Order: sequence, then C-alpha cells, then structure tokens
Amino acid sequence: MTDLTAKTITELRSGLSAKEFSAEEVTKAYLQSAEDASELNAYVRLTPEHAVEQAKVSDRRIADGSARPLEGIPLGIKDLFCTKGIETNAASKILKDFRPVYESTVTSNLLRDGAVFLGKLNLDEFAMGSSNETSAYGPVINPWRRAGEDTKLSPGGSSGGSSTAVAAHLCAAATATDTGGSIRQPAALTATVGIKPTYGRCSRWGIVAFASSLDQAGPIARDVRDSAIMLTSMAGHDPEDSTSIERPVPDYEKALEGGVKGMKIGIPKEYRLDGMPSEIDELWQKGAKLLEEQGAEIVEVSLPLTKYALPVYYIVAPAEASSNLARYDGVKYGLRVHDDDIHEMYRKTRAEGFGREVQRRLMIGTYVLSAGYYDAYYLRAQKVRKKIANEMASVFQDVDLLLTPSSPSAAFGLGEKSTDPVEMYLNDVFTVTANLAGTPGISLPAGLDGQGLPLGLQLLAPAFGEEQMLRGAYALEEAIGFDAQPSKWWK
Amino acid sequence: MAETRNLLRGETGDWEVVIGMEVHAQVTSNSKLFSGAPATYGAGPNENVSLVDAAMPGMLPVINAYCVEQAVRTGLGLNAKINLWSRFDRKNYFYPDLPQGYQISQYEFPIVGEGTIEVELDAERTIEVGIERLHLEQDAGKSIHDLAPRESYVDLNRSGVALMEIVSKPHMRSAEEASAYFSKLRTILRYLGTCDGNMDQGSMRADVNVSVCRAGNYAKFLESGDFSHLGTRTETKNVNSIRFVRQVVDYEARRQIQVLEAGGSIDQETRLFDVKSGETRTMRSKEDAHDYRYFPDPDLLPLTITQEAVDNIRAELPELPDAKKHRFVGVYGLSAYDASVLVMDKDKADYFERVAGGRDGKLASSWVTTELFGLLNKTNTNILESPVTADQLGALIDLIQDQTISGKIAKQVFELMLTEDAGKDPKDIVEARGLKQVTDTGALEAAADKIIAENPEQVAKVKDKPKALGWFVGQVMKETGGKANPQAVNAILKQKLGLE
Repeated sequence: MTDLTAKTITELRSGLSAKEFSAEEVTKAYLQSAEDASELNAYVRLTPEHAVEQAKVSDRRIADGSARPLEGIPLGIKDLFCTKGIETNAASKILKDFRPVYESTVTSNLLRDGAVFLGKLNLDEFAMGSSNETSAYGPVINPWRRAGEDTKLSPGGSSGGSSTAVAAHLCAAATATDTGGSIRQPAALTATVGIKPTYGRCSRWGIVAFASSLDQAGPIARDVRDSAIMLTSMAGHDPEDSTSIERPVPDYEKALEGGVKGMKIGIPKEYRLDGMPSEIDELWQKGAKLLEEQGAEIVEVSLPLTKYALPVYYIVAPAEASSNLARYDGVKYGLRVHDDDIHEMYRKTRAEGFGREVQRRLMIGTYVLSAGYYDAYYLRAQKVRKKIANEMASVFQDVDLLLTPSSPSAAFGLGEKSTDPVEMYLNDVFTVTANLAGTPGISLPAGLDGQGLPLGLQLLAPAFGEEQMLRGAYALEEAIGFDAQPSKWWK
Repeated sequence: MAETRNLLRGETGDWEVVIGMEVHAQVTSNSKLFSGAPATYGAGPNENVSLVDAAMPGMLPVINAYCVEQAVRTGLGLNAKINLWSRFDRKNYFYPDLPQGYQISQYEFPIVGEGTIEVELDAERTIEVGIERLHLEQDAGKSIHDLAPRESYVDLNRSGVALMEIVSKPHMRSAEEASAYFSKLRTILRYLGTCDGNMDQGSMRADVNVSVCRAGNYAKFLESGDFSHLGTRTETKNVNSIRFVRQVVDYEARRQIQVLEAGGSIDQETRLFDVKSGETRTMRSKEDAHDYRYFPDPDLLPLTITQEAVDNIRAELPELPDAKKHRFVGVYGLSAYDASVLVMDKDKADYFERVAGGRDGKLASSWVTTELFGLLNKTNTNILESPVTADQLGALIDLIQDQTISGKIAKQVFELMLTEDAGKDPKDIVEARGLKQVTDTGALEAAADKIIAENPEQVAKVKDKPKALGWFVGQVMKETGGKANPQAVNAILKQKLGLE
C-alpha cells in the first residue's frame, strides 16, 4: 500500500474524492506516524478518538457528495490555538490543565471546511523563542540532520512542532503563528513552506496572545499550493477581533498560476549581513536569477531602517507580552502555587509557572513601559516602527515583491544558541520587519547547504499582496525544484 | 466668581478650600463596554460574566457602540468638546478582581474634552464648574472577604461594565458647592439617560480631591493656571452619596488646616471615607502609588466618530435641566429657585408639567412642591409611585381655579384622595361629600346677618378696628361648614358692616 502520509493536501484531496482511500485510513496512517515519531516531540497531545470521529464524518460527507474544501485532511494544531474541550497550554506550566470551552476562530474555520485535527503541536513557551527550546514540554527535534551526524538539531521556533510535524509527515499541514518570524524561520529550517499573512488577515480570537500588534496566524505546509489552500480556509474577517480586516478572502490556490513575467522583484541590499554563511548568499542570488530567467525584473533596493527592526521588535513585543500575560496570575485558571498572602501567591505562581525566557521578556516589557522609561523605549520604538512600516510601503511603490533569505543560518544544534539570548534573537533578523510593518511574507525551501541542511528563501509583499506573493513563490518553487527529504532516522 | 469666597478661619489666618472631583458613572447600557455580557444589577455571583470578562486566554475586546454613543451624549450634556479621535489604553496592575491584569481605559486621548455646567446653590447663587474631561473605561469585579475566614471570593459581574469617568476642574470652593455639583451632575446624567445615578447600587461614586491654601492664592491660581499656588491635595476614594461628599470636604478641609497650622505638611495620598465616624483615613501614600505602565491597547483600534454621528446624537438630546428651568420660569411664571427645585428630577419636572398644563403655573408649582413633595418625602415614595396622579392633582387644582372649592377645602380633599377616597376623581369627592363652596349670596348674606345680629359688641369694635373683620369671616365660615367662598364672605361683611 502507498504511504498515505507522503501525500500533499492536493493529492489527498483528489485521492479522497476518487475514493482511492478513506479519510479514516489517512487519519489513522498519520496517527500511527505521529505515535512512531514521539522521539521528535512534535506533538504535546494527540487526540486520536477525536480525529477518527472527524474522519468518519468526512467519509460520510465524501460519500454523500457534500465534501467541504478540506474534507478529511489531517492537520496538526499549534498549541497556541484554543481548541474546545481539548487542553491548551501554550507550552507553559502556568496553563497547566487549562481546557478552553471555546474554539479559536482560525481552527473553527478549518473545522468548518472539513479538516481533521490530529492533536496539539509543541512550540516555544507562549511562542517566545526561535528554537522551540523554551517549551515546558522540552524541545522539538528537527527531522533533518547534518550529513553523517546524529546531533540533535532545532526545527526553529516558535512553531517548531508545526515545522517538524509537516517535515516528518506527522500531519498534512499545520497551523502556526508568527510574531517575529515564528512561521517562516522554522519553515526554512525544515524545508517546509510557511506563510505569515498580512496583519488582520486571520483572526487572533482564541489564539493565546503573545504580542497583539504583531501576532498573526498562518499555515506551515509541504508546498506552496498546500499553503495557499490552508490560508484560504484560515483567513477571514472576524467581528470578535477588532484588528481583523473586513475584506473578502480570495481563493489563494487560484492565484498560483501566471508566473512572474513582468513582475519587479527587489533585493534589499541591507539584508546582506556580515558573517552570513556564503551558501545563503549563493542561494539567494540563485533564487534571484531563477526569477529573472522567468521574466521578472530584479532590482536592488535599499531599506536603510532594516537594522532598527530587531531592537524595535524586542521592545514592542515584550512590552505587549508583559501586559498580555498579566492574566496568568493563579486566580482564575491554570497553575496556582498556594500562599495565604495574595502577592506571594502571584509571585510564587508566576515564578514557577513561567520559564526563564518568558520571565526575561516579561521583565524587559515591564521595564520599557515603566514611568520614566516609556518615552525612551516604548514610545521611541513605536515611532521607529511607524517609519519602518512607511519605508516598506514606499519600497512596494516600486517593486511587487522583495526576495530575501528566510533565516541567517541553517538548523542549529540544541543548546548551541540558547545560552545567549541576543544570539538567539538574531534568528528573526530577516523576518521581523514584516511583522512590524504588518505585511505578508512566505518562506519556501531553496536548497541544501554543504552539510545537507535545508535553507529557505523569503518573499515579502505589500499589505494584502498575498496573491502576488503566492504567484511569485509558486514560480520560484517550480524553478528551484527542491525535492530533498529528511531520512527517516526515527523509528 | 468671587475669588475669595467661603473663607475658613484658622488660628493663623484665613484659608480657602479647593475641590475637584472625579466621578465614576456607570453607563446605562444592556451590555458591557467590551463584551456582550449583561450589565444589569442584581444577578447572582458571576452570572453576568463572558469569556472576555473572565480574561480567558485569547479573548479580545470589542467596543460596544452604544456605550460610545452614551459617552458622546453625556459630553454634549456637559457642553463639552467631543473628540472625534480617541484611544483606549491599558492601565496595568495586579488585583484578583481585575482578571486581565489591566483595566482598559482612556489615558492620553479621552473621548470628551473640556466643558462646563451651571450649579445652583440656592435662590440667589449659581456657580459654573468646568469639566476637564470624560473618558470611558472598564469597571473591575468585586472581591468579597467576609464569606470565609481564610479565603476571598471574586464576583466578576461588574468586571467590564462601562464607566464614564467625569473629571471636574478644581472649581468648587466649599462642601456645599461640591455636593451641589455632584447632585447637579447626577441630574444631568439622569436627564440624558446615560447613567441611572443609583448611588446605593454603585452606579455613581466620586473621588473627591481636596486641598487648602491661604486666602487669595486661589485667585493667583486662576490667573496663572499654576497649580503651585494651591495646596497639596488628597484624594478620597469612592464617596457614594451627596451627603458624604459634603462630610468629606468638611472633614478634610478642617484636618488639613489643623495639620498645616501645627507646622506639618499634607501628603499627596489616597484616603478612604469612614461612613460611621465621618472621618477620612490614609489608604495609600504616594510612595505606594502603582506604576500603571499605561500604553495603547493593541487589541483595539483608535476610536473614531464622525461629526455627523455627533450631530445626530445632539439633535436627539432631551431638554436638559438648565433649559427646562429657564422654560419653567418663562412659561409658568415660576421663580428661578422654584423652577430649579422642580427640574432637579426629570420625573418630578414631568409630573409638574402635566399638572401645570393649561392651569395656573404658580398654583400648580405650589401644590406640587409643597403638598405633593411634602407627602412623598414623608412617606419616602418615588414620584413615579405617587398615590395621586398628575391628572388627579390637576383636576383638584381645576376645582380651586373655578372656585368650586377653596384652597383650604382642597387640602381636605387632597387628604381624602390619599386615604378614604383614593383613586376617585376630586370632583366626585367634593360632590359626594358636599364640600362645594357656597357662593350663593343669599345664603351667605343670611349667615352674615345672623352673626351681626347676635354680636353687637363685636360690631361696635369693628368700627374702630377693621382688623377684627377676620373674626366675622371666621364665624360665617363656621356657620357654613367651611364651604363659603372666603372672598365673597369678605365682600358681604365689609358692605354690611359699612367698612368701605
């Protein structure tokens, strides 16, 4: 029998409708592969009974001709999305045993379209991290290894569970979130495709908040087409999220064809960093050349404010997080470490409930919002953020897309970067600008480095430019023809 | 404004007291400021709580457009500037009854800016009080500490309920002015229907800022706008009655003068009012003040309103107390003070208008304010539950106006309307009980003749002392069982006794 888990959403869709296999068979195959891959630590929670139930419903709908767009497609859900009746912890001890009585809007949209949920995926605690090492459930292991080595590598973060699960075929596609690069960097490090949509394209309702003005949900999938299919279902206006935008959702799959002929694609010179591996630069140039060969015009552009993006991000995001995470106080739900004194109860609960990285960011955030420091840090950061957004908007007056590397390095070993937070923060250097500007970005596999590890390229587009971005990504994907797979070393 | 009014005498000289107020008024609305949960009073513990109010992970606030409208309406009622662009900020602090760990409020950019209202103190004195701003914010829940010895309980029914914080300028200069301002504010809010003003349910409460300064310094402050001319203020929190406002100001002014005259200084601090002792005491000093780490709420877009929407709200505003007062003076010929008493409560003003319509305004005002309000106060009855309807009272006044009965008999009828003859038409009561005024000159003349004939001594006396006429009137009234028309009796007697 063929390996059902090797199929893309597109292939599953046609196989299911042709009744070559049932949704139940596909779901069970995925549940089996997920169980077998427990060593990767991608899932924090599998929900097999639930999944099989949903798959049976899908089979009935396929049988009676009422199949929906994602009918019977097994997905993994980042454990930042609240799922009704299913524990949701954001990989934090402080949300121990928390079982939401509600379903996030994005996952509701996926359920509406017939998707099957296999379980909840690991992540950095509250999505704060770039390696998935801050998870209370321990790190996720990248299915990719350096050639001839068995060093455990990080799958990136914060959506490390999502990237690993997709790369190791533990789900057909996954939901993820991106606050500073948390979809695109893990996608790059695992040879998967990740989309960070325009801010406001997907509802934030029911997603455990990290930094409200930056958080955005998006998919991680096997290829560009699958990511487009996922985004079509996930996106949409939600009256319950005041920052979501009322704008019709196109069928993104239809936007793929057409090529890049006549498109103007910018190469921002400030993204050429000192000390960046030459292989990344080479792949970047190769990507530009491939696009040019297909009729795109490649131009060098300048984004001089790029260097301020990371510092601004590491003020704005912790500031919002320090306030967003104030609700985890031991009073209403989740962990409570008892003390007769209320202030001691807060201190003990939060000291025990939050991991070190989360605590670090809460302290940074509290500091930059404090009286006497607000103007120097938060307010100034917001002003620079506005300038960065303006700079992005103005460069898109001249070009249709920007092409950049997705991350400054390939997958790194567990523990290699986690001792120095600043070194870790540098992972977001290429991705974070899109979050600050609220614009969309996509990462897709570009090739392998000398050690056999995948590297990604990123396409950036203006706000609500997802369609042209997907068209560019699809053309680039075709031209690159990336088809490497990690060797299945786990079980 | 007389800038040195209301001086307080101290041992070392004269002092002035300066008062500003922050009033929290609960917005009249079916649902909360950012959630769909009911905002009604009196539900069981935690029955009116949505996922947003309980700060569940991933929950987001959505502004209630009706609450925004109510704030605009209130701003217009306070003659204030409406800011078409305003913003919500987060005020961060930890407290068990604050589930989010922050309150959503408007810190830098409130929805309503400066305004001004007129406050009547008595028949002669009216002051103007400036409004600094009005902003929208969420209420917190309630912590309950007395249900268990070692545990506290939290009721989130109020969590997220919309409040308007109305900040005055430091324009009040005595306990009387402060309480009159609070009372006037409540009247305006009730007229607008934007806050029910029920202080016992916590719908309206004041933070009272009091400072004292040497006589003359307030004038310098007004001239320069420089707050350093004023003394250090204390803020007494959550004062929830007009009487308590008065007590707080009196107590704080006296206390501060005593401290200063003894060589001490006033700390800028938050104080609590003890209802039992009538005193204030320290709640927290400036050193313990929270750093609230205000910043714009990233879950909400800036609040924008169109001028057109404001104009529409303005066009639908009800008549406000000041306008109504001026109309009552003009249309019904009332004194400004009587009019201001009537308009203090919109329901009372409405009652009056129903009574006064097509009748003598002054007579109606006198009956409503003296007889009816007297009765309502005595029985602690709301005007809406008055045992005598406006139409019934009007019918009674009609009987006075067309001289069917005298004012004195009318009071008897009024009593009967409250007791034995409740619910009956006054006309029928008068008829049934034979209380109709005797205007039949023949009968009155007969009675007068009888009295004159029987009392020759009094007749002799009245020639010298015309004031003794009153005795004769009384006797005739008695003879006719009080039903005689006093004016007619007067005229007949004068003529018969030759007093003209």
